[in-house]
Amino acid sequence: MTWWHRLFRRARLEEQLEKELRFHLEEHAADLVARGVSPEEARRQARLALGGPEQVKEGCRDARGTRWLEDLWRDVRYALRTLRQKPGFTAVTLATLALGIGATTIMFTVVDSVLLKPLPFPAPDRLVAVDGHLDNSRYTQQYLAYPDFLDCRRASRSLDLAGWVYNSATLSEPGEAEYEDQFEISHNLFSVLGVRLFQGRAFLPAEDQPGGTPVAILGYSLWQRHFAGDPAAVGGTLVLDGKRYTIVGIAPAGLELDGEAGVYTPLGQDTAPYLQKRFAHPVRGVGRLASGATLARAQAEIASLGRALAELHPDSNKGRNLRALPLRPDVEDVRSTLWLLLGAVTLVLLIACANVASLMLARAVSRERELAMRMALGAGRFRLVRQCLTESAVLGLGGGALGVALAAAGLRRFLAFWPGDLPRTGEVRLDWRVLAFALAVSLVSGLLFGLAPAWRVPARALEQTLRAGARGVAGDPRRLHGGFVVAEIALAVVLLVSAGTLGRALLRLSALDPGVNVHSVLVSRMAISPAVLPYPARIRAAWDDIIERARRVPGVESVAVVDTVPMREGNNENGYWTTAAVPPENQQPVALSTCATPDYLEVMGIPLRAGRFFTDHDRMDSRPVIVIDNVMARSAFHGQDAIGRQLWIPEMGDGPFLVVGVVGHVRYWGLAGDDRSKVRAQFYYPFAQVPDGWLRRWSQLMSIAVRTTVPPLGVVQPLRHELRGAANDQVLYAVRTLEQLAAASLGRQRFLLFLFGVFAALSLLLAAIGIYGVLAYLTGLRVPEFGVRMALGATGRDVLRLVFRESLGMIAAGVIAGASAALAASRILQKSVEGIEATGPATFVLMIAILVAAALAATFVPARRASRTDPMRALRHT
Amino acid sequence: MPPKSDLPQGTLDLLILKIAALGPVHGYAIAQRLQQVSRDVVQVPQGSLYPALHRLENRGLLAADWKETETGREAKFYRLTRQGRAQLESEAASWQRLAQAVGLILRLSAGGAE
Repeated sequence: MTWWHRLFRRARLEEQLEKELRFHLEEHAADLVARGVSPEEARRQARLALGGPEQVKEGCRDARGTRWLEDLWRDVRYALRTLRQKPGFTAVTLATLALGIGATTIMFTVVDSVLLKPLPFPAPDRLVAVDGHLDNSRYTQQYLAYPDFLDCRRASRSLDLAGWVYNSATLSEPGEAEYEDQFEISHNLFSVLGVRLFQGRAFLPAEDQPGGTPVAILGYSLWQRHFAGDPAAVGGTLVLDGKRYTIVGIAPAGLELDGEAGVYTPLGQDTAPYLQKRFAHPVRGVGRLASGATLARAQAEIASLGRALAELHPDSNKGRNLRALPLRPDVEDVRSTLWLLLGAVTLVLLIACANVASLMLARAVSRERELAMRMALGAGRFRLVRQCLTESAVLGLGGGALGVALAAAGLRRFLAFWPGDLPRTGEVRLDWRVLAFALAVSLVSGLLFGLAPAWRVPARALEQTLRAGARGVAGDPRRLHGGFVVAEIALAVVLLVSAGTLGRALLRLSALDPGVNVHSVLVSRMAISPAVLPYPARIRAAWDDIIERARRVPGVESVAVVDTVPMREGNNENGYWTTAAVPPENQQPVALSTCATPDYLEVMGIPLRAGRFFTDHDRMDSRPVIVIDNVMARSAFHGQDAIGRQLWIPEMGDGPFLVVGVVGHVRYWGLAGDDRSKVRAQFYYPFAQVPDGWLRRWSQLMSIAVRTTVPPLGVVQPLRHELRGAANDQVLYAVRTLEQLAAASLGRQRFLLFLFGVFAALSLLLAAIGIYGVLAYLTGLRVPEFGVRMALGATGRDVLRLVFRESLGMIAAGVIAGASAALAASRILQKSVEGIEATGPATFVLMIAILVAAALAATFVPARRASRTDPMRALRHT
Repeated sequence: MPPKSDLPQGTLDLLILKIAALGPVHGYAIAQRLQQVSRDVVQVPQGSLYPALHRLENRGLLAADWKETETGREAKFYRLTRQGRAQLESEAASWQRLAQAVGLILRLSAGGAE
């Protein structure tokens, strides 16, 4: 007989047990009768000999070994019944738990999918990233030169090596022109990653070579958006930067390398000069370990290949170490934010648990008499503790189920709310890991808030409890209740002070001067017509033409072309020196460099401090000039007059640059980030003096900035129309106002503030409810005492004071306990969020004052009720 | 009449197994046999007999069938399983070893007194 049988054929077992015992009794009685005892007496003696039939049955049931399951089932049904009897209590508890568990589950889902899970490729632990590591440079980590990549791929035995280059191109056909991320990939990239195409085929080795047939694979999103998800797109063509490609496949949805590509093209077909040199390092290498190869072997092999290349090509590869590292998702940016939020929701969950615990405890104390009665009737203490825990587990699981439903409904909304791009968003989903987490959290919560009430199962002094009834409140439950309130308040202090710190920081940061006039400025990336790119003279003419045409648009006041824009992603950094004796690269000071046209200062509203900005006279044939900001003037020339001094910038050519002007500092890294950024010095050089050889590369990265007399977004359409090239090209993309960029530079802080604000408000509400509930309960128990006091002459005011004193004691203890934790929390915030300063005393006091006010308000209702105690009635009910 | 002593811990199982080893037997018969065997020396609490039977059944040392008695009534008959027989042998052996050892010690101390 299996335990399953024992459990589910219980009725039959019971019947057999009954029959067996009856047989025993009757046989015994019959024997006695045969010996001359009267039937009546015989039955009595037989029963006496066997003992109480119920006790014997219980013993037999225990022997079955399924007792705990039967008891569990009975306890669950009992718990459901008692919970149904108190719908108000049950609803409040479930809602509190559902909120806490739901929020925690959402955050865990995001943390798990973004930070914890391996990459969504088959056997992700066999994938490695291959890159270059430089001994003697600022750029310690670099990608690979294409020839180096090809050599490694040919020579490596332990790795199947693939590579890709991040690029972008104008998609001018079919449909409306767009500027798209174009990933140039080696033909084996998909097979190395282990990714199957959604449709069509991957590239062939023959296509991954100079002169190969122009073929392209569409990214899933671009296919959906630009081709309306039409399956017939495969086999059709598209035009990228003026070149026609045949579409051979569509990548699967959600395939992200560094973001999702719009279009993939074969890397080997690209004959751009920078791909033929060992000096440029655009190729990102990703390899899969060959079967039987270990990571250590691959690392040793790649390192030795790097050394061999350095010996063969010392001028380009000296000091360049190649290395292979396990391929990991790049999620460093969001790591601290996610952990912070998970920490904050955990605090909210803990507060919720404390709240539910104090509610449960109140019930348990009022049930003390029932429990004592049941113990007197023979129930074991352990058995009763288990029953109490079952009840809280049922509540916890119910709250957990609601919480998971809440998380499922809120997850996408939360992701949409995330400021900027959250990496791996496509992989975020509720799965069995999340469900297991939610289950564990529910059970642990149940245990947390169920333990205290269960503990109250009377272990001693049964008759005392029974005699005293529900009235006897020893100091003990009060201390326990107070403990929960203290814990809630302490946790709420942490959340409130954190929110206050964030709010304070955001106020301060928003008031900072960004160094530019952010109003009425539109900035947009600009893809110049691919047709002019091979000819430097035509590139210069094209940019002049673009500026000229943009000026004609109504509402445009001034126009500039620039490579990098403050507070937007992307920057250029160059080392510099003030004499011709330039030290090695890693010992040079570094500055942000910006390449711009003469009107840039006016468009951005950057103040000129000394000298002049560029003019149309600064050309290729005139002296190379440079303008620096006041930070650089201070650091390079120690506050002496910088105008007329010279700078050497090795990466921009041999000759010295003449400093002709000093301008104000711009908070290039955003309002929050600039003060603590490593590179703050800035210099500007004229676009007109960019050498011919670099003009093509530069022109692929330029942006256009316009100052307007009308709201800037109003000129987007006219500008787009005016600048459109003859071949349906010259696309504006990533169009933003400077105000948007400034606001976005505080996006993380604002996002955190919003969520911490919500959590803090929630914790305040829960703590207030907790105080209210506990005091209402405790004062309710003390009604007879109040009655006596009032009968002896105490006034309502005295009773009010009594209750407030009790409440204040708990509040003070909570604030003291929470204060040090809040200081620690604000230190964590300070470390992980840019622009946060140490919590000032004003913030601290203000947030605690809010909490104390809310807590006292929650005290008021029960206190007033107590003060209106009618002594006669109270005494009569004693 | 000397006071009856309690059954030593674990011996009830051993006695039940021994009785069941003689052939299928129902609970009442086991109770009677226990009483006869032990006479007035040990107290066999009838109340703990049935839980013990059920426990042994669940552990697979006994098996049970419903059969008719000679008097034509239906009763639950217990018999020893192969596992039960092995258990009985090992427990009986260890019981005997223990009894011998205890007896030896008692004789020894008696000798020492001389």
